[in-house]
Amino acid sequence: MRRYLRRNTSLMVGLVLLGLLALFMIVGALTVDTSNAQALSVPALQPPSWDYPFGTDRQGRDLLAVMVAGTPLTLRIGFIAGFFGVGIGAVLAFTAAYYRGWVDTVIRGVADIGLTVPGLLVLIIIAVSIKSLLTVNEMALIVASLAWLNPTRTIRSQVLTLRERGFVEIARLNGLSGPEIIFQELMPNLLPYLAATLVASVSSAILASVGLEVLGLGPVEAPTLGMTLYWVNFNAAIINGWWWWWLAPLVVILVVFLGLFFLTVGLDEIANPRLRRAA
Amino acid sequence: MSLLYIARRFGVLLVIIWLAATLNFFLPRLSGDDPVRNKLLEQASLGGYAQAGIEDMVKVYQKQFGLDRPLYEQYLTYIENVAHGDLNYSIANYPRTVVAMIGEALPWTIGLLGLTTVISFALGTFLGALLAWPGAPRWLQWVMPPLWALHAIPFFLLGLVLMWLLAFQAQILPIFGGYSPGAKPGWTPGFILDVLRHAVLPSLSIILVSVGGWALAMRGMMVTTMGEDYVTFAEAKGLRSLSIFTRYCMRNAILPQTTALALALGQILSGAVLVEVIFGYPGLGALLFQAIQENDFFLIQGIVFTVIVGLGFATFLLDILYPWLDPRISYRRG
Repeated sequence: MRRYLRRNTSLMVGLVLLGLLALFMIVGALTVDTSNAQALSVPALQPPSWDYPFGTDRQGRDLLAVMVAGTPLTLRIGFIAGFFGVGIGAVLAFTAAYYRGWVDTVIRGVADIGLTVPGLLVLIIIAVSIKSLLTVNEMALIVASLAWLNPTRTIRSQVLTLRERGFVEIARLNGLSGPEIIFQELMPNLLPYLAATLVASVSSAILASVGLEVLGLGPVEAPTLGMTLYWVNFNAAIINGWWWWWLAPLVVILVVFLGLFFLTVGLDEIANPRLRRAA
Repeated sequence: MSLLYIARRFGVLLVIIWLAATLNFFLPRLSGDDPVRNKLLEQASLGGYAQAGIEDMVKVYQKQFGLDRPLYEQYLTYIENVAHGDLNYSIANYPRTVVAMIGEALPWTIGLLGLTTVISFALGTFLGALLAWPGAPRWLQWVMPPLWALHAIPFFLLGLVLMWLLAFQAQILPIFGGYSPGAKPGWTPGFILDVLRHAVLPSLSIILVSVGGWALAMRGMMVTTMGEDYVTFAEAKGLRSLSIFTRYCMRNAILPQTTALALALGQILSGAVLVEVIFGYPGLGALLFQAIQENDFFLIQGIVFTVIVGLGFATFLLDILYPWLDPRISYRRG
């Protein structure tokens, strides 16, 4: 295992980055008072100091507490939406690619057309239509409503190549039913690929949610990473020279995206051993 | 190129436009809110009037806006209006129409997106092709890893860093907007230079992030193409390595890249919206942000519709171009 990790550097870098993030969240949750993540709880606009290591923002939030409370929230949005996306996408993709026919035509058509439409804008219309104050979970469901498009497309093309293999043919001759073949023969072979797809779609769900939040369509009450950046932009923190305000969320988001990216690349390498030669 | 192929692609375009319009019509109605009653109640509570006659007023206004008719009739009227290019009035800037406001912002977005997409696509494809080539210069090995890491982050995050570095600290580039406040828009050299200077930071944040992705995909395609028999044959014939590189390898490896370009347009645009917001660039993204802040629903709908239709057209054009780039496609159905 250790030798494999040394060879698959991407996987290791991804795991180390996400491990650091997890460590930060756990230690933070145990030691930091997250009630200071609400507005008006500490003096405003303090640069980093011994009392407030990450500084404080203009509305009087302790940015360390915001990061400790907000990182899990942002990750939760990503995981809920990512799981829904890959779950629904996998069901649709397996159905489409295994049964072919008009089911495949419809599912592929919808996914192809849906992918040409810029996702963020459709999410904006959905979020604006709901109008009421969003919670973090509702936010996740909004993002999930489009998160199945990409997994459907990519998993479908993988299943298409797999279903022509000899062992599927033999299973069919042995009299296994469609669902049995899908769950017992096809699914196990695609597990590493499904894992890579899951990580990638968690990452793009986080990207979509941060985008909505920066536009001001997020859960206003919740101190998520994207909402913090919304306040940064709203108060023109860069022009005013309050560098600590955007530095903390920027670094955390960077670690999240880079960690997930390297993890995807690493998992891809497990799923598709031919990549090892090229690397 | 067969006419059937073009007709099929055009059909997809029409479906996209129809879907966008339908989505725009039904999604807001799903929430069950009555915009007229809400607006009147809001005004009544602001002005402190008694609420006695409000229900009658709601009825009159609903009749005037056609909201009392059955849903399918409203839907048909809406589709007809959209087909005529009528996207209603802006709520927050009342006498102005949505179409006029979008028309003002559109050139900025097209300029920014067109420029950055072409530059990053060309640069990334070329770098990726070079990278797979055995005779590539050494410095590429040092340039690419940072670009790949950048590829994983959103455009606007890099935008924030660049803004702080180059505009706030170094103060060599303007920090905000599409042109300097007080400058007179026109085709004068001074104004054009001003616009270009303002475009540098938003463009850089899009280009630097996208290049890595294109390079990565192109390198993968190049590695596959270079293993093909016809490349070995070209080498055996003793062709110059430059012409093998350009005419045999790049020419064939670039085809999947252009397919990927059509699929990526939507994502690029989603990212560019946020870049415009961060830099206050006067395009559709910033207009959208303003509309969201002012709760200007018709304007939001209009922008989303325009963008979806615009991207649909771009995809359609790229689809038409493929058979010209790759003659093999015209023999394939669908």
